[in-house]
Amino acid sequence: MEFSLTEEQRLLQDSVSRFLQAECPLARVREAAESGSTHVDNVWSGLTDLGIHGIVIPEEQGGVGLSLLEACLVAEALGNCVVPVPFVGSSVMAPIAILAAGTDAQKERFLPRIAAGQVVFGVGVTEQIGRRESEGISLQGSRLSGKAMFVLDGVDADQLIVADSSGALHIIDADARGVTTGKLKTIDRTRAVAEVLLNDVEAEVLPGSVGNRGPLESTIDAGRLILAADCLGASQNMLDQSVAYAKERRQFNRVIGSFQAVKHMCADMAAELEPCRALMWYSAHVYTAIPDEARLMACHAKAHLAEVGQQIARTSTEVHGGMGFTDLLGLHYWFKRIGFDRQLLGAPELVREEAARIQGWV
Amino acid sequence: MDLEYSEEYQAFRQEVVRFIADHRHLAPGNVARRPGEDVGISWQKLLIEHGYAARTVPAEYGGFGAEPDILKSHIIAEEFARAKVRPGHSGDNRLVPTLLELGTEAQKKQFIPPTIRGEMSWCQGYSEPGSGSDLASLGTRAEVDGDDFVINGQKIWTSGAKTADMMFCLVRTEPDAPKHQGISYLLFPMDTPGIDVRPLLQMTGDAHFNEVFFTDVRVPTSSIVGKRGEGWFVANATLKHERGGLGDPHAAEARFHEIVELMQHETVDGMRLMDHAVYRDRLLKLQARMLSMKFNGMRVLTHSSRGEEAGLPRWIVKLMGCELNHQMAAMAIDLLGELGILYDASPYLRDGGIWQHRYMLDLGLIIGGGTAQIQKNMIGERALGLPKEPKVEGA
Ligand SMILES: Cc1cc2nc3c(=O)[nH]c(=O)nc-3n(C[C@H](O)[C@H](O)[C@H](O)COP(=O)(O)OP(=O)(O)OC[C@H]3O[C@@H](n4cnc5c(N)ncnc54)[C@H](O)[C@@H]3O)c2cc1C
Repeated sequence: MEFSLTEEQRLLQDSVSRFLQAECPLARVREAAESGSTHVDNVWSGLTDLGIHGIVIPEEQGGVGLSLLEACLVAEALGNCVVPVPFVGSSVMAPIAILAAGTDAQKERFLPRIAAGQVVFGVGVTEQIGRRESEGISLQGSRLSGKAMFVLDGVDADQLIVADSSGALHIIDADARGVTTGKLKTIDRTRAVAEVLLNDVEAEVLPGSVGNRGPLESTIDAGRLILAADCLGASQNMLDQSVAYAKERRQFNRVIGSFQAVKHMCADMAAELEPCRALMWYSAHVYTAIPDEARLMACHAKAHLAEVGQQIARTSTEVHGGMGFTDLLGLHYWFKRIGFDRQLLGAPELVREEAARIQGWV
Repeated sequence: MDLEYSEEYQAFRQEVVRFIADHRHLAPGNVARRPGEDVGISWQKLLIEHGYAARTVPAEYGGFGAEPDILKSHIIAEEFARAKVRPGHSGDNRLVPTLLELGTEAQKKQFIPPTIRGEMSWCQGYSEPGSGSDLASLGTRAEVDGDDFVINGQKIWTSGAKTADMMFCLVRTEPDAPKHQGISYLLFPMDTPGIDVRPLLQMTGDAHFNEVFFTDVRVPTSSIVGKRGEGWFVANATLKHERGGLGDPHAAEARFHEIVELMQHETVDGMRLMDHAVYRDRLLKLQARMLSMKFNGMRVLTHSSRGEEAGLPRWIVKLMGCELNHQMAAMAIDLLGELGILYDASPYLRDGGIWQHRYMLDLGLIIGGGTAQIQKNMIGERALGLPKEPKVEGA
């Protein structure tokens, strides 16, 4: 047994982290957020050079052919630096859907362009997880109508993948006749989610998803793992910032980290977060290695990180006192990113219900 | 135990209920909305005239002039909350009681009437960059020069400083005295030359907070409340009043009912959220907490109406009340799922985005007005009699 990352995996994560720390410091995140952009050009092109958009795409289609574990390590690095760039939908869920259910021709057509950073995909599966504001999308022949809410990376996307009400997946051109895309403003200004209205839109089905929910499910599972990993990275950053602040900030003539109350806040965060890393590695590993466990572990990773992340977001803010509540340190970018990761692709209670069903308990 | 109010109070309650029914069309907004909005001046005037605001402030200072009767004040608060009609305010619940207790006659006459009418607003200039929890270490200096204090230094996190007319402020006047004995409490207009207010953005996206810089700001020595060097004790009177306000069980109860309503009409996959056992269970846990805090409030009230110190039941109000509010906002966001992260006038926004706003603001209130950790220190030391943490040299 060797429960650890490989040397290559560690190097990958290090190089992505180093790149992001250099190219996407908080100042750049702010700049992007304030200008309403969720796509920082130099970050996008740098990630392309590192092969990140093709991380789960096989080498034959221009990718680097790694597994979801590597994709999660990247997501963790992105969350750690609250990077405003499409990833979960465009670079992970879309290629996974195409790989799982597309024809060879579709793979040839789309995957190399995704890997090369030439195309951004939005992914809309919210109605297959929980319908709230839309009855979903209906299929008539090869044409789609309806509304997809919270389409991940859906703002300024070139192509969209949406699930119809049977769970079959379809590719559409974002600028096809009958498509209207609207940006949804959320607390997290580093992420782009859209609502997409479809009015009798010509679509191209991913045939492997017709009458088979497998591709949809593995797309959602992958998305959940990526959001969990993002939350892990963001939470780690908030913990690190808290520890650094607690060592530096003085009150009552001593650093606040010398108060047991503050020390315990930091220790609690660390104690909750550290096991999440192992949970994350295991869950991402079994996604490809032990498919029978994949769905359950994706649910657990998603819901558990949502809880731990929420606690850390709050505690870290508290450690920073009034400073944490202001915009000065930018701590809220992480706070809100964690809030976003929690609700998308299933809020924790709903995801845990699903985990019970997956285990046949209900 | 006797839960019935005596006839006098029942009659009083009827009066309040009738007043609200007859006048609610004149009330601005809705109490369930964003906190901190301006209460209309005419509404406030009407409430003072009828004794539903500034009730116990003596008539000579513009109040209604009733004998303090905590039960009546409580009934008023309860009925306004129940009716979801915006209640009156007492001007500034930190400053006015402090002035009544410790101000000079001239100060009371000058400041209380416009303040309770809502025509003069105040900000609290206490915290400094290096002095938050350790407020008594504050370093903003005020030196006497002839008939003036000359103030130099900086405040931070001053809520409302941009719009306030006046500041009540802590400054160091006796630099050589022990830190708690060298502080004075001053009142001055925010348009005094040399005051520079710079807004600070908060995590909510609002800029209610400010940094306030003082450069050779001259205010007359008559601006002082209490004596030189007594500012810490004056301020503690204020903090006492502020703490009472944070964690108010009425607000929690109103919020709880909003969540019940939300669960009754929001659906996921066509199923009402109220029909989801897990959400219902979470709601019920919060209900039990909310009710405990409500009854705890009644217990505190009974003590206060007898002129007794409530002790532990009172010490926990800020800590537990603010936490409960935060937890309720967190739950509402979870209930709304993806819709719960919408913000900033987005389409599909629920309740104007109030839940995210509260979720963040409540965290601010867990920190502001004495952090949760400081509250726990006080519960441990003052209510439970645990020994104080050993002091570090110079603190
Ligand atoms: C929403 C909001 C509104 C505010 N409005 C005003 C205002 O109008 N006027 C004003 O003057 N101030 C205002 N403040 C400031 C507020 O009073 C301070 O933020 C608060 O007292 C904490 O001080 P600090 O921010 O310096 O944090 P610090 O004191 O630096 O605290 C940092 C961390 O250390 C912990 N800590 C510090 N000392 C101890 C100890 N002895 N034991 C255990 N833990 C400790 C704290 O709990 C916290 O977790 C406001 C703050 C907020 C958040």
